[in-house]
Amino acid sequence: MIQSVVLVKQVPDTTNITGNVMQEDGTVNRAKLPAVFNHEDRVALEVALQLKDRYGGSVTAMTMGPPRASDILRECLFMGADQAYLISDRKFAGADTLATSYVLSEVIKKIGPFDFVFTGRQAIDGDTAQVGPQTAEKLRVPQITYVEEIRSVADGKILVKRKVEGGYEVVQCKLPVLLTILKDAAEPRPFKAKRVMTFKGAKSLLDLEKLTDGNSLLSLVALVHEYTSRSLFIPTLTMDDLKLDPERCGVHGSPTKVYKVESVVLSGGDHRKIDPTKAGLGTLIDELMEDHILG
Amino acid sequence: MPNFFLDNSDLLFHFNRLEMRDIVAVAENGYEDAKHFSDAPVNYDDAMENYRKVLEVVGELAANRIAPRAAEIDQEGVTLKNGAVSYAKGTQRSLSELGQADLMGMILPRKYGGLNFPFTFYMMSVEMIARADASLMNLFGLQDIGDTIRKFGSEEQRDEFLPKFCTGEHTGAMALTEPDAGSDLQAVKLHAYQNADGKWFLRGVKRFITNGNAHVLLVLARSEAGTKDGRGLSLFACYGSDGIKVRRIENKLGIHGSPTCELQFNDTPAQLVGSRKFGLIKYVLDLMYRARMGVSAQALGISQAAYEEAVRYAKDRVQFGKSIYSLPAVSNMLIDMRVTLETNRSLFYSSALSVDRKEKLEELIEKLKSQGQPFSEQAAELKHATRIANLLTPMTKYVLTESVNRITYDALQIHGGTGYMKEFRVERLARDARITNIYEGTSQLQIVAAAGQVSNDILHDYFDEKEKKGYTGGLRKLSDCLKEIRRLFTQSLAYVLEKKDTGFHDVASKDLVELYSYLYVGYLVLDEAEINPRKVFIANRYILNALASARKNAESIRSEVYADLLHADKILATD
Repeated sequence: MIQSVVLVKQVPDTTNITGNVMQEDGTVNRAKLPAVFNHEDRVALEVALQLKDRYGGSVTAMTMGPPRASDILRECLFMGADQAYLISDRKFAGADTLATSYVLSEVIKKIGPFDFVFTGRQAIDGDTAQVGPQTAEKLRVPQITYVEEIRSVADGKILVKRKVEGGYEVVQCKLPVLLTILKDAAEPRPFKAKRVMTFKGAKSLLDLEKLTDGNSLLSLVALVHEYTSRSLFIPTLTMDDLKLDPERCGVHGSPTKVYKVESVVLSGGDHRKIDPTKAGLGTLIDELMEDHILG
Repeated sequence: MPNFFLDNSDLLFHFNRLEMRDIVAVAENGYEDAKHFSDAPVNYDDAMENYRKVLEVVGELAANRIAPRAAEIDQEGVTLKNGAVSYAKGTQRSLSELGQADLMGMILPRKYGGLNFPFTFYMMSVEMIARADASLMNLFGLQDIGDTIRKFGSEEQRDEFLPKFCTGEHTGAMALTEPDAGSDLQAVKLHAYQNADGKWFLRGVKRFITNGNAHVLLVLARSEAGTKDGRGLSLFACYGSDGIKVRRIENKLGIHGSPTCELQFNDTPAQLVGSRKFGLIKYVLDLMYRARMGVSAQALGISQAAYEEAVRYAKDRVQFGKSIYSLPAVSNMLIDMRVTLETNRSLFYSSALSVDRKEKLEELIEKLKSQGQPFSEQAAELKHATRIANLLTPMTKYVLTESVNRITYDALQIHGGTGYMKEFRVERLARDARITNIYEGTSQLQIVAAAGQVSNDILHDYFDEKEKKGYTGGLRKLSDCLKEIRRLFTQSLAYVLEKKDTGFHDVASKDLVELYSYLYVGYLVLDEAEINPRKVFIANRYILNALASARKNAESIRSEVYADLLHADKILATD
């Protein structure tokens, strides 16, 4: 029986970037992009679900983000996650990887013992690949990054294949462990129709607050009770639910400052024609080596 | 992310217009299931939300996973090695994902693991799957086999077979055709016999069996020795692993991902499904409604895919300094394709609804009977609904499967020489389309099936009502065209009936059925145009075109083009 936690993130969908999405300063106008499930996190969830299929146990997904991040938690439930937690509070806003990993690690400690924490290698918005490793440090568990394949889990140990530059290595580690997963590790399963119908109406505390806003006839407590009794409540953790140092949360706990964002436009200048002969190619390679582009 | 449900505004248009309150209420047993199943809806709106959400799942699967595999599946095909049939790798993956997504038992009851969806939503799924990979539809579309067992099998048979269909663990096949029994199923010979213990066994050969390598087969066999017609046939269920040999798989023009098998039954143990002697005359006939619709959905999906290929290519292809999309000859073809596609979809979903209506009335009557309640009102409704389904399902199959050949033909034509090459999808679509107007009843047989209802003019009152309805503005002109088509139909029908020549009637039936289809579809699109301004264009081209065709149909009958049938031998003389 394996207890897994999967850290997931909602990110802007960058597959269809059009003109007005990029701002002059080189940053992305998030409001113009639909929000989607970070693909490698979805793969991480798939890997966790496959372990559950093989060895039994349970899978808990969690995300820290704005209220609408509950969208991807419902998707986790559609794929087969047993529980999904939303961690959301204005006081968490503006968090860098340090503050984010602090909050995530405290939540993981709070919800109980685990064998695995899974997360995608990195999110496509920040591309830091730091939240996973930092969370492992704070949980004081070993970490294996760039995981391509889980070979086996037995006797409290895991054997995995991880990617390294120019090849791969196979490593063994004691549980509990945190793994960051590469996109080729698995193909995420489709949503299960029955789970979609069952959980389509699942709501977080913040979703329910939205329902009660402007409708004095609805009581939040009653709604939470009703949704919980129908197994449709997405447990929601705010600052008040956790014993946290406010100085380590959100913008206060985030030493990272973005100094400058540059929009780099790659543009080619003139071109040269090279004869498709052995001699021509030889000359090209020599030139590239002289310029330290090759070699 | 692309999604074949969400990106198809016309399919969404039909979904949003569906009015299925009565049908869903019967399917959901008055929403009682919600007490026992977390995925069951609590009311009508919740049910519609369920259908929508699940169709989104199908659309996602079809667009992002299934469609990209289709070309390779077409190339790889299926293989037969040491008596075992293997699907292409892509087919295996697609099937396993459809099973994972709970989509292999869409119309089966929840207690067996199914989704308990009305037929219409299953058909929407089949359309999307066929658009992605026409050959996968032949496997996905076999869910009817489970439904036949549900309807006519025993409780034990339901428990035995249905759960594994729902998970996708078992696939099914319907084994009807034999070397000498194709369109004429009454000639089926495969021998069913009993041993001293009363156990059934099957012996003989079946041919052209789609997915004949299935785990579970429903087999039409002659259980009554000495009989020669349909009344001696019964339906049996058996396991593929129990003494059925796949002798060969066919090398086909299209739908390469779907294995077409020749089967040899060597004393295969089998179970009788339902009652003896009802195999063809009741169970297979019942299955035909859904089989015709399944193939029509396949045709519709291929049509959609071909139309899209044609538009994309026409926009990209530059000749004479501009994209060929803007050449009137090309855009005119594209409009024709689009109008055909959309009007076909209108006919299709109207027809799907008629099957749902008929089947749910049957269920309701069964239930009322078992509760000892009166059901005469529902019985009268059922009689009418059955007649409508008897007309619409063959008419739909005829119209849609002929159309898809035309649409893929034109789509290939727009591609020019490029379209003739294997590199472009349209070449595969044209090959895949070709079977649709042949199997599950050829076009010629669909006309025979629809002709009776057409000759009885069963929609007479309905058309009367439509004529009385006052269409306004530009639609009035179109409604006048439909009145003219009706006049032509009435005149032609009277001419044929007065002649009392069955040979002439048979041949003229094609024209009569076509005339009737213009009327039925014409009023469907006219009603759509009333609520959606864009549909006015669709209605306009469809109805004006229909009137021109109607004049030709009527003229063919009136001028007795077919009178020379009497001299067929002379005309067709070999020297």
